[in-house]
Amino acid sequence: MVSRKVIEDITVKLLQLAVTELPQDVKDALRKAQNEEETEVGKAQLKAILDNVDLAEKTHSPICQDTGVVIFYVKAGAQLKELDKIENALRNGTVRATREVPLRPNAVNPFTQKNTGDNIGRNIPYINWQIVPGDTLEITVLPKGGGSENVSALGMLSPNRGIKGLKKFVVDTVISAGAKPCPPIVLGVAVGGGTDIAMKLAKATLLKPLGEPNIDPELAKLEEELGEAINSTGIGPMGLGGKTTVLDLKIDFAHRHPASYPVAVVVQCWAARRASVRIYYNGKVDYLSHKAV
Amino acid sequence: MTVYKLRTPVSEEDTRKLGVNDTVYITGTIVTARDAAHRRALKKYNEGKKIPINLEGLVVFHCGPVVKKEKDEWNIIAAGPTTSSRMNSFEGKFIKNFKVRIIVGKGGMDSKTTIAMKKYGAVYGAFTGGAAVLAAKTIKYVKSVEWIDLGIPEAMWVLEVKNFGPLTIAIDAHGNNLYKDIQINVEKERHKIYKKLGV
Repeated sequence: MVSRKVIEDITVKLLQLAVTELPQDVKDALRKAQNEEETEVGKAQLKAILDNVDLAEKTHSPICQDTGVVIFYVKAGAQLKELDKIENALRNGTVRATREVPLRPNAVNPFTQKNTGDNIGRNIPYINWQIVPGDTLEITVLPKGGGSENVSALGMLSPNRGIKGLKKFVVDTVISAGAKPCPPIVLGVAVGGGTDIAMKLAKATLLKPLGEPNIDPELAKLEEELGEAINSTGIGPMGLGGKTTVLDLKIDFAHRHPASYPVAVVVQCWAARRASVRIYYNGKVDYLSHKAV
Repeated sequence: MTVYKLRTPVSEEDTRKLGVNDTVYITGTIVTARDAAHRRALKKYNEGKKIPINLEGLVVFHCGPVVKKEKDEWNIIAAGPTTSSRMNSFEGKFIKNFKVRIIVGKGGMDSKTTIAMKKYGAVYGAFTGGAAVLAAKTIKYVKSVEWIDLGIPEAMWVLEVKNFGPLTIAIDAHGNNLYKDIQINVEKERHKIYKKLGV
């Protein structure tokens, strides 16, 4: 098993990559949006975004000052040992990254309003565990910003309205969010399961590369239809008007209770940050979301 | 869409000549303030107490920066705007009491703030959300930090800037609000979209 120290070091690197350098698919989507934007203000906003992304990458500075709440997704090979040590390594890595990258301290006690100062708190960073076959360890970090999280929504809709209710709920959520989540946004939509299941599935879709259509052709069609609908709202980059409001929209689902139709919409700002790494049993490390580092 | 370069302290005459869609760059002193700093400043004002800095003619920036302290010196690493609507309930009074001339943030502010801006001669400049390194690049140095007990994001960072921008004037001192105009257009589209989706 790879040592705790190595996982801690990799966590620091992973957080640094995530907050300073967008994955290529996100940069491509932003460039495409800039080429296609028609309004003067919209073009100017996208130019500032792309200039900022370049500058952040060159200077190894955080793209946005809101470096988010740290969320990990861990796929742990069932043959690995000492899995109970990983949580500690991720937490220590987060503390170090807060100081070294640096990250903004974003963990506040909801009762005392006291900021812990190191991005560590009760249930934060949150770790989503998945046990998979094999002996590799895959860690993904999703630093989730507050502005876009604040306009994310859950609707417990009527099953009678079915997919029509879903479509309306997604459009309404985006319209009422307006400029707040820093459009152009990425949307994660999930239906079914239950309150927590729908929200978790919706958020996990944010880990998928932009521009790749759903493997389910029916869902791919729905993603395209909703994406076009949202882009015709005219909200535009930063809500100052334009044709690009959403860069991409992903849909997932779980089977539902006969009486329930939960629809989760997770909103992600244009700085769709994520970074993934695969650590092999022999110590080999592959960064999956970013070019060789 | 005129481009203006302004220097602090900004006068009412300066802000009155600006219109929505104009672009502004600022040189001089800007002060960050989020919810907690607004709340405390207004509380102090109501109690007849002074706040640590005279804000008259200055620029208030809705921002909680990423900072690094090196050899006793603060460095601002990233400093993009935060969502301004969280300050809606404070800003009218803030403009009135402290005579700030330019509010910078993202996402726009409400009609109450728009009315206060018209009345007291202030404007709202939108800085591209998330463009934190672009903003930090214009910061020359940290003049002081006040109320650090509120935490790094919520403290008041007093910053010396050069050509801070581009800011898009989205609310001017004449009652115009660009976000409101966009919202009205979006509402017009909403029903067309429902129809197209068959909902």
